[in-house]
Amino acid sequence: MAEVSVRKVVKAYEGNVQAVKGIDLEIADHEFVVLVGPSGCGKSTTLRMIAGLEEITSGEIAIGGTVVNDIPPRDRDIAMVFQNYALYPHMSVYENMAFGLTLRKFPKEEIARRVNNAARILDIETLLERKPKALSGGQRQRVAMGRAIVRDPKVFLFDEPLSNLDAKLRVQMRTEIKKVHQTVRTTTVYVTHDQVEAMTLADRVVVMNHGVIEQVGPPQELYHHPKTRFVAGFIGSPAMNFFPARVENGSGALRVLLPNNIVLPVPADRTARYQGAAGREVIFGIRPEHLTEPKNLDRDNISVFEVTPEVIEPMGMETLVHFWMQGAEICARIDPTTPAEPGRPMELAADLNHMHLIDTESGRVL
Amino acid sequence: MSASTAAEAPKGIYHLAGSLSKERRWALWTAYISLVFAAIIFLAPPFYMFVTSLKGSGEIASQVGSPWLVRDPTLENYSAILFNPLFQRFMLNSIVITICVVALTMVISILAAFALARMRFFGSQALATGVFLTYLVPDTLLFIPLYQIVGGLGLLNSIWGLILVYPTLTVPFCTWIMIGYFASIPKELDEAALIDGASWSQMLLRIFIPVALPGIIAATIFAFTVSWAAFVYPTAFVTTPDQMPLTIGVVSQLVRADTFAWGQIMAGALVAALPPVVIYAFLMDYYIAGLTAGATKG
Repeated sequence: MAEVSVRKVVKAYEGNVQAVKGIDLEIADHEFVVLVGPSGCGKSTTLRMIAGLEEITSGEIAIGGTVVNDIPPRDRDIAMVFQNYALYPHMSVYENMAFGLTLRKFPKEEIARRVNNAARILDIETLLERKPKALSGGQRQRVAMGRAIVRDPKVFLFDEPLSNLDAKLRVQMRTEIKKVHQTVRTTTVYVTHDQVEAMTLADRVVVMNHGVIEQVGPPQELYHHPKTRFVAGFIGSPAMNFFPARVENGSGALRVLLPNNIVLPVPADRTARYQGAAGREVIFGIRPEHLTEPKNLDRDNISVFEVTPEVIEPMGMETLVHFWMQGAEICARIDPTTPAEPGRPMELAADLNHMHLIDTESGRVL
Repeated sequence: MSASTAAEAPKGIYHLAGSLSKERRWALWTAYISLVFAAIIFLAPPFYMFVTSLKGSGEIASQVGSPWLVRDPTLENYSAILFNPLFQRFMLNSIVITICVVALTMVISILAAFALARMRFFGSQALATGVFLTYLVPDTLLFIPLYQIVGGLGLLNSIWGLILVYPTLTVPFCTWIMIGYFASIPKELDEAALIDGASWSQMLLRIFIPVALPGIIAATIFAFTVSWAAFVYPTAFVTTPDQMPLTIGVVSQLVRADTFAWGQIMAGALVAALPPVVIYAFLMDYYIAGLTAGATKG
C-alpha cells in the first residue's frame, strides 16, 4: 500500500512532441483514481510512466515516498492490468497468476495460498487448470486481475481494462473491479476513455486533455462544478448543451441573452459571481436534465420557452428530446410519460440554478 | 440514363455471372487438374528413382520393356548401401553436421531476432534489414571467399569447416522468420513480464520461446533442410570420403571408374531424402504457421 506522487512530469517524444506537459498529481494511499480523457490526451502515457514502461523526460514520480524515476518496473512493486489482458498463452490460469511470484522465488505453499485466495475473490477457482484460449473475455480479464492481486503490490495500474468487453460484461466487470478494490484496498490508478467508468469507479477523477490535467476531483464535484468547458462537455452523458450567449445588465438585474431572443434572468445568488462578465460574450452551458418540462422543476429560477423537437429518443426511464437552436444541437431530458412528437412545439424550462457560464476565450467556467 | 435502363443493367450482369455452384464446380475442376498435373511433374523423378532402386543392375541396363516398371524387384541395392561402411560414414557426417548447424543457427537467430524485434537500440532497424539482405546473396557467389576463409582457418576438408560455413546461409533467413514471429507477439506480453519481475533472459526463455514455438519449429526445419541438402559447399570444401556428407558422398563415391551403380545411387538418394520428408510430413502445419506469422500484422 502506498501513495503515488507525480510531480511536474513531462513526456516528450522525438520531434519535441509533448504527450504529457508537466502534470502534478498526488494519489493517496488506498485511493482509487481514474485518469480519463479522449484519445491522445496523455492518460495512458502517464500510467505507463508510473509503471516504468515509459521513461520520464523530466519531473519526478514517487511511489510510497521513494522516487522511482530510475527504478525498473519489476522493482517498483506495482501490478498492471492491460487492455488486451496480456495473459501468457502457453501457461495455465494458475501458472499465469503464479508467474510473478515464481520469479520472485516465493515458496510453493505461499504461491498456492495467494493464487487460491485471489481465485476465490474473483470467482475463477474452477478455471485454474485452463489455458487462456479456453476462457471468455470476461474470464480472461478476471485472470489478468488475479495476476495483479496475488502480487499484493503497492499500486494497481489498470490500462483501459474493460475496452475489449461487450457492453453488458463491461458493466458487470466494472462492479467486480469496484468490489475487488473495496476488498483489497490497494491504491489504484485506472485509465479509461469512458467517462461513465470514471464516474462509477473513482474516488477521484482526473480529467486530462492535450497532455494537461483539466480538473481533479470526486465524480460529483466534476459533474456539478466543472472548472473548464472541456470537463463540462466531457463528463456526463448525454453531454452538456452549450449555446453562445451574452451577459447583460438590464433594469437592475443581470441576465443572459440566448439565441432566438430567449432572455434568462441570472439567479440572485449568482449575480455577484457573474457580475464581471456583464457586457461580454460567454458560453451558456446546461445539462439535459436541467432542460425539462416546467412541471418537473421548482418554481424558483426557472425559465420557460417553447421549442420544436426534431428527434425524440425514448430511453425507458427517460426520454431525450433533440432540437436545434442557432446551429447548435440541444438535448433535453423529459419524463417518459410526457407526450412529445417531432415537429410539434412543446414547452421546456431551463433550471437556472444549474446553469454554467463559460469564458469564451479561456474556456474556464465562471 | 433512364430509370428503366438503370434497373435492367444489374440484372444483365448477374445473369452473366452464372450460379454459385456452377462457378464452384468450375474452380474445383481447374484446381484438381492443375494440382494433378503439378503432382505428376514433381513426383515423377522420385518415383523413377524408387523404381530404379528396386531393380538389379541387369534390369537397369536392359533396353527391353518400360523403364517405369519393375519386373524383378529386389532390395539388394538397399542392403548394399546400408551395410556399406562408407555410406554409414556419410550418414553419420550428415547427422553431425545437421545437428550442430541447427543448434548453432537456432541459438544465434533466436537471440538476434529477440534483440532486433524487442530491444530498440540505435540501428536495430537497419541491422534487421541488413540481416535479410545477406540472405539474398547467392551461396554460389560466396563459396570462393568462404573457401579462402575456411582454408585460412585450416578447416578445409573437414566437417567442422562445413559446420562453420552453413550458418552463413541459415542464420539470416531463420533470424528473419523469428523477427516476424516475435514481432507478432503483443508488446503487452513483455510489459506484463517486465512488471511481473522477469529479466530480459527470463522473458526470452519463459515467455518468448514457448510462445514462438511454431516459428522456432519453422526456422529449425529450414536450417535442417539447408544443412541436410547442401551441395555446393561440401563439393567445394571436402575432398576425402571420410568427411563427406550424404549429398556428395552418394554421387561421388558410388561410381566405380566409369561405372555408375545406378541402383545404389538411387537407393542412397532416397534414403538420404527420407529424414526431411518425415520431418515435413509431421511438422508441416507448424512450418506454414511459422512462415506466415507476422504476415497479417504490421
